[in-house]
Amino acid sequence: MIDLKNLTIEKAHEALSRGDFTCRGLAEAYLKVISEKNKEINAYLEIYSDIFTQADEAQKKFTDGTATILTGIPFAIKDNILVEGRTASAASKILENYKASYDATVIKDLKKAGAVLLGRTNMDEFAMGSSTQTSAFGVTRNPIDLERVPGGSSGGSAAALAGDMALAALGTETCGSVREPAAFCGLVGLKPTYGAVSRQGIIAMGNSLDQVSPFGKSVRDTEIIFTTLSRYDTEDSTSVREELRDKLRTRNKKDKRIGVPWHLFKEGVATEVSDNFKESIEKLKKIGYEIVDIELPFSKYSLAAYYIIMPAEVSTNLSRFDGIRYGLSEKGENLKEVYMKSRGKGFGKEVRRRILLGTYVLSHGYYDAYYNKAIKVREEIKEEILKAFEKVDYILTPTTPTTAFKIGEKMDDPVAMYLNDIFSAPANLAGVPSLALPSGFSTNGLPFSIQFMAPHFCEDALFEVGKKFEEARGK
Amino acid sequence: MDIKGVENLADLARIELSLDEKVAILKDMEGILDYVKQIEKIEVKEAHPVYLQKNVWREDKSEPREFSKELIIDQFPDKQDNFLKVKKIL
Repeated sequence: MIDLKNLTIEKAHEALSRGDFTCRGLAEAYLKVISEKNKEINAYLEIYSDIFTQADEAQKKFTDGTATILTGIPFAIKDNILVEGRTASAASKILENYKASYDATVIKDLKKAGAVLLGRTNMDEFAMGSSTQTSAFGVTRNPIDLERVPGGSSGGSAAALAGDMALAALGTETCGSVREPAAFCGLVGLKPTYGAVSRQGIIAMGNSLDQVSPFGKSVRDTEIIFTTLSRYDTEDSTSVREELRDKLRTRNKKDKRIGVPWHLFKEGVATEVSDNFKESIEKLKKIGYEIVDIELPFSKYSLAAYYIIMPAEVSTNLSRFDGIRYGLSEKGENLKEVYMKSRGKGFGKEVRRRILLGTYVLSHGYYDAYYNKAIKVREEIKEEILKAFEKVDYILTPTTPTTAFKIGEKMDDPVAMYLNDIFSAPANLAGVPSLALPSGFSTNGLPFSIQFMAPHFCEDALFEVGKKFEEARGK
Repeated sequence: MDIKGVENLADLARIELSLDEKVAILKDMEGILDYVKQIEKIEVKEAHPVYLQKNVWREDKSEPREFSKELIIDQFPDKQDNFLKVKKIL
């Protein structure tokens, strides 16, 4: 029996190298848990049929000495990341039968490393949601408490990892879609610097914000996945060249000052979350970090700006799903009817809501008041965050205002749902990296989480502070 | 915003909606717009943002890309001789 609960990528790699178990044996162990748990949790929408073939291929790498750290490691992949020949539905009816015609760059890299792809995971439809309840294929449950949501939109990937149904997982973030489910499921989640990881082959939601983002059971696991995937890609025009990455990296070597924008969470945060945050700060002080008050006056408008910019990009992006070339296609008398009916039937409620909202904020007469203004606010937010990094090495906040909520909650109130991501928005809008990591448990056993932000391309600084905090918690 | 406004947006966005759906969306949109309109009051610098990002162009020459042509053609909702078939536009 492999102890999956305490397994990490490094432990698995050592065991595979020593021959304690094989790649196939490891995949089998996860498949067994999947067969027991997935029906109830609904983390995976599909389990791939070629897992053993992949595992045997990975095993060869151990035999011929070409194995790397991710060889044979079983991954869960979010359903908006293309895997050639496989369905990629973005949990939407409109793409239910769509088969990817190529591999996303991140998938190419994982395949090259010999990782084993177990299957595709449930998500909010087109990544629009914070609880994996807007999926066209049913809700995903939180393995820690089945009555609660796993967070979203990458909730399936988080539930797969937290439920020992995978050893590593990929999600995507537009605004908190990995950090929030990481928080709700007791995992580590990294939103990399915008442009660090290729977006080629990802079903886009908000192009100026989207990033492929890894989940790990520990900071080290998350670091291993990020290091493998972070590279310049000629096929993604927003990918940043290596030399520019070095130039943008403004890390000072001391890395000891943490800025806390207390004014951002004076209200709207659960008392238990705020108490845990203060305890976490004490732990950080004890291990030598200096805590400094900072003010980010524009950042309190982050979520409002985000809910203008993102729908605008959504309405543009999703116009490609029209029933003409692939996906759901409804019959109509003329071309317009084909569009209207295919999109009417194919898109779920939240997606329609955001497309219409985006159409509204971009329409004549409202463009300046909404979209143009939001873009300017975004620049102010970015500027003040970069300015803060001249004084501090990190910015620290709680990851979410509450712990995981009950299934069904907040579904009738879009704004209440959106507010889950209030602390996520600044990092996505500014393009800086952010790491969410567990910081304890509530009295009813639900995980708490804190998140650090660092300057562009300073993921290494995030991993450093994350590991020190993990250690201080006595993990 | 009123029902007519929602109908107009749905038409622009090419999404068919039932009356119930329009009513529900109207209510949701009002709530969301009420939240996002707080940005109207923010005072920002009038200067246009200077973007570090630039358009990334490539030379107009064909480069090999790995993708399955068969998978693309197989998924056409309607086709003739391996060409995508669409309703007439004009």
